[in-house]
Amino acid sequence: MQNIYLAVVLAPLFGAIIAGLFGRKIGRAGAHWVTIIGVAISFLLSLVVLRHHLGGADPYNESVYTWMMIEGIRLEIGFLVDNLTAVMISTVTFVSLMVHIYTIGYMHDDDGYQRFFSYIALFTFAMLMLVMANNFLQLFFGWEGVGLVSYLLIGFWYKRESAIFASLKAFLVNRVGDFGFLLGIAAVLMAFNSIDYADVFAAAPLMKDMVVQVIPGVDWSLMTLICILLFIGAMGKSAQVPLHVWLPDSMEGPTPISALIHAATMVTAGIFMVARMSPLFELSETALSVVLVIGSITALFMGFLGIIQNDIKRVVAYSTLSQLGYMTVALGVSAYSSAIFHLMTHAFFKALLFLGAGSVIIAMHHEQDIRRMGGLWKYMPITWFTFLLGTLALIGTPGFAGFYSKDSILEAVHYSHIAGAGFAYFAVMLGVFVTSLYSFRLYFIVFHGKARMDHHTKEHLHETPAVVTVPLILLAIPSVVIGAMSIEPLLVGDVFNNAIFVSAEHNVLEPFREHFHGAVSFALHGLTGLPFILVLAGFGSAFYLYMIRPDLPEMIQQKFAALYDIMIRKYLFDEIYQSVFMRGSRNLGTALWKYADAGLIDGVMVNGTARLVGWVASMARCMQTGYLYTYAFAMIIGLLILLTWFVTR
Amino acid sequence: MLSELPLLSLVIWFPILGGIAVLFVGDENPARAKALALTVAILSFIISIPLFSSFDATTAAMQFQEFVPWIPMFSVNYHLGVDGFSMPLILLTAFMTVLVVIAGWEVVQYRIAQYMAAFLIMEGLMIGVFAALDAILFYVFFEAMLIPMFLIIGIWGGPRRVYATLKFFLYTFLGSVFMLIALIYLYNQSSSFEILDFHKLPLSLTEQGVIFFAFLLGFAVKVPMWPVHTWLPDAHVEAPTGGSVILAAITLKIGGYGFLRFALPITPDAAAMLDWLVITLSLIAVVYIGLVALIQQDMKKLIAYSSIAHMGFVTLGFFVVFGIYRQTGSLSGAAMGVEGGLVQMVSHGFIAGALFLCVGVLYDRVHSRQIKDYGGVVNTMPIFAAFMVLFGMANAGLPGTSGFVGEFLVILSSFKASFWIAFLAAATLILGAAYTLWLVKRVIFGEIGNSHVAELQDVNTREIIMLSLLAAAVLLIGIWPDPLTSVMHASVDNLLQHITTSKLL
Repeated sequence: MQNIYLAVVLAPLFGAIIAGLFGRKIGRAGAHWVTIIGVAISFLLSLVVLRHHLGGADPYNESVYTWMMIEGIRLEIGFLVDNLTAVMISTVTFVSLMVHIYTIGYMHDDDGYQRFFSYIALFTFAMLMLVMANNFLQLFFGWEGVGLVSYLLIGFWYKRESAIFASLKAFLVNRVGDFGFLLGIAAVLMAFNSIDYADVFAAAPLMKDMVVQVIPGVDWSLMTLICILLFIGAMGKSAQVPLHVWLPDSMEGPTPISALIHAATMVTAGIFMVARMSPLFELSETALSVVLVIGSITALFMGFLGIIQNDIKRVVAYSTLSQLGYMTVALGVSAYSSAIFHLMTHAFFKALLFLGAGSVIIAMHHEQDIRRMGGLWKYMPITWFTFLLGTLALIGTPGFAGFYSKDSILEAVHYSHIAGAGFAYFAVMLGVFVTSLYSFRLYFIVFHGKARMDHHTKEHLHETPAVVTVPLILLAIPSVVIGAMSIEPLLVGDVFNNAIFVSAEHNVLEPFREHFHGAVSFALHGLTGLPFILVLAGFGSAFYLYMIRPDLPEMIQQKFAALYDIMIRKYLFDEIYQSVFMRGSRNLGTALWKYADAGLIDGVMVNGTARLVGWVASMARCMQTGYLYTYAFAMIIGLLILLTWFVTR
Repeated sequence: MLSELPLLSLVIWFPILGGIAVLFVGDENPARAKALALTVAILSFIISIPLFSSFDATTAAMQFQEFVPWIPMFSVNYHLGVDGFSMPLILLTAFMTVLVVIAGWEVVQYRIAQYMAAFLIMEGLMIGVFAALDAILFYVFFEAMLIPMFLIIGIWGGPRRVYATLKFFLYTFLGSVFMLIALIYLYNQSSSFEILDFHKLPLSLTEQGVIFFAFLLGFAVKVPMWPVHTWLPDAHVEAPTGGSVILAAITLKIGGYGFLRFALPITPDAAAMLDWLVITLSLIAVVYIGLVALIQQDMKKLIAYSSIAHMGFVTLGFFVVFGIYRQTGSLSGAAMGVEGGLVQMVSHGFIAGALFLCVGVLYDRVHSRQIKDYGGVVNTMPIFAAFMVLFGMANAGLPGTSGFVGEFLVILSSFKASFWIAFLAAATLILGAAYTLWLVKRVIFGEIGNSHVAELQDVNTREIIMLSLLAAAVLLIGIWPDPLTSVMHASVDNLLQHITTSKLL
């Protein structure tokens, strides 16, 4: 199998290198073929791997090569492939393949065509390295690798000031997360003297009661420290409050990467990482509570912002933030399987929604403001229908993929008793209503109601080409069926048993398993549950506000002007970061440079010494007048002093 | 047969003699002078390769030793040898000199033969510093090295070159005078100028303290450490591209090397007592200098400050050893710090060298180093932009590049000594990325900034070769650092054993 695993990872890398270095020689078609074939190979082999492992194969854990050997610790590049990895790589390569094909249509007229394909293939490589890692070094390698490609792709249209600003912002905010993550890895090494997953997980239970003193005199649980540091990394990558600010801005990048990187795969790396680290997180309830509360805040408050956005991509972006919050909540209540399940279903329907939004954007000649859309359903039926399916999946309509994963999270939170679970339950429940509201708002404004675009655009409106619509259809299928298909093996069965560890007192999915009697009855039962009522309420509100009384939102907005102001300014996060961190560090740097470096060290000490030497020399020169009588006079005075001293001592 | 050749003497004197030969060819025939210089540089590098390939990584003993009595009256000897600390630095020196010769090829307009000769002589002297096992021999090379660099900045430098050269010379000289006094004192105690004899010499804590400060002064200026760093930005700004490359890539490393060869093994007890001082200064370099780098308007100054910040990891890695020993009572994790510092030295040589070459490429075309005079360079120089982004990412410590390896090891190691040291050191993840990528954003990305940028020609074959060699080195060490670190293990372990054993009388 080792060769298959290697091929899964290296095929996209090969495509990326060829398209990147020889893009001009092989031309546009050459670039998309070489990368698509690379990713397609990777996808097909992933399916082989998935079959192999779901068929009951033992986890594979081997080294590929030794990166460095130091103090007897082997830092290596190696693969850990178990059911969790197999599910991840299949999801990643499938979405990636769809996005590759879609890109042929979306980037058709772009000068950076080959470069784009090179980047997305490189991204696929880095993401696969991340999820297949068997140690923290490689995890970090993939982690930063996807960050790099994200940076390159957000700033893909490098002439736009907003794009290159957003890319820098994304990289730096992620680096704040990585700062914690790297310290977490250092803590792991200190505690376990290894950064190999297997060693660390095996030794972890022995470390449960270890304490460290980060602040002298204050004992902290070592596990809590490690988990919170690692989670800070996840907060950066998976855009959790307060490190979420980069994700909405990342929409400056081309739409295919919003689908691939900033919705389906990269942003879920943090979720995956925490699930992978479940043997550690299970040992610290404090850390789990932190995860839970951060996730709840993100799930609810980012959802609110989705209601007021007018850029089609930004609505979907805030929806992504909110859904990532749901996954984080699932992690917090130890329902790791639910988090991965939601990650997977979300990957399909969110990629679908983004690519659908992209299809709309193409048809609208790169117009993204939903206030200038409307009534599109009759012009682009495939986009319309697949988008509707994606929306139904997102809000959790019983039977659709998102329903199964989201409902399992709601159930899990319901059964959890760790600190913060009460707040989390409230947040995720209210979040269901909010999700339904912003999703249908978007859907109604874009696809129904009055057509508000200008005459010229309207005349040219038509369905997008097959390279765009085929991926939509192929993504719509799993968005509908994957939940019903996989809930049984993933949540009720023992698929993740060899990858995810849940301690007995946190096993919130156990009651869920007891009540589970098949996907169909689960869906039917869902029709009468509170979440579905909230979904309907969201749908009803959206229908009323945007179809029946479209004048009403404006009135509400004016009535609650102060609240609207805070929301449109994104709870002031950006402004505070701007003034405190960006301006603050620049001012501090300037002050250190002007006053300490140039003023004190150079001005006073260095050049001051030089001036002092010059001054002493000029004084000394005064004594050397060159006149004999001056020297004679000095000699006489000196002689007198010496004599006086000899005589009087 | 190879082992019988005086290999170290060859790698020292071949470039020096070659440089003199280039001088004799003179400026009347620049093409021949350049061809000769390139041949000498490449041959010097090839000669140095056996040092790596025949190196015995299992021993900490000096290898390729040469011993000839020089001034018997004071028992001064021409004694050469290398271990796992110095050998990688010698190869780095020989490699970077080749690049510097290529970099000056069409760019230097006057006194080209002398320019090339200065770098070749400089190469031999720097290798001499790394290879010397006799304190006086070391000192001679150490001081002699100042002369070519003094000339390089003074003759081919920018408008404020006189101020910069004087500052550079006086700063370094001041530090090294104290070092000389320390060396003479050690000779009086041991009746030998052998550096390895100094290592064994027992000394009282007071003696060690004074000697440690003398070494600290001498090497801190070279590294440079805050607050004796202000010569570096000035020197870089005024130096020609090649001068900046050598300054950043090699001469700064001599400071780091000095700590390993002198300060730590000769005065281990003082170093253990004063480690907090060096660690504090290192962290100041990472955080304070990182902030200062952020607001620089001159590209070379920015990279110069970035160099100081990155060199902070070198000294941090070397001195964090004592903290780990005190905290945990064992040396586990200490080797990571020292090797991290060593890898950082080599890696920084490549990355800072590459960044200065990149600035040189732009300067040759636009004749400005100000960030505001650029913008949107990617539009006219896409290949160059790719290199610049790569080296920028390496400077920001991206995994997969050499810049990551050293910082990663040092942060892992320092966590064992103290959470807060690691915390402050890890701030480089944010600061390093901020100043480097902000530079990249302002220079490389965006709309075409002005008419100069609009007329830019992309890098030519010569420049592509030069940058590709560095890119390959940066990626190779990032992806597979083991060949580099495995030659260091024995020397590092030996050093750790040595410095944790008290030398007090």
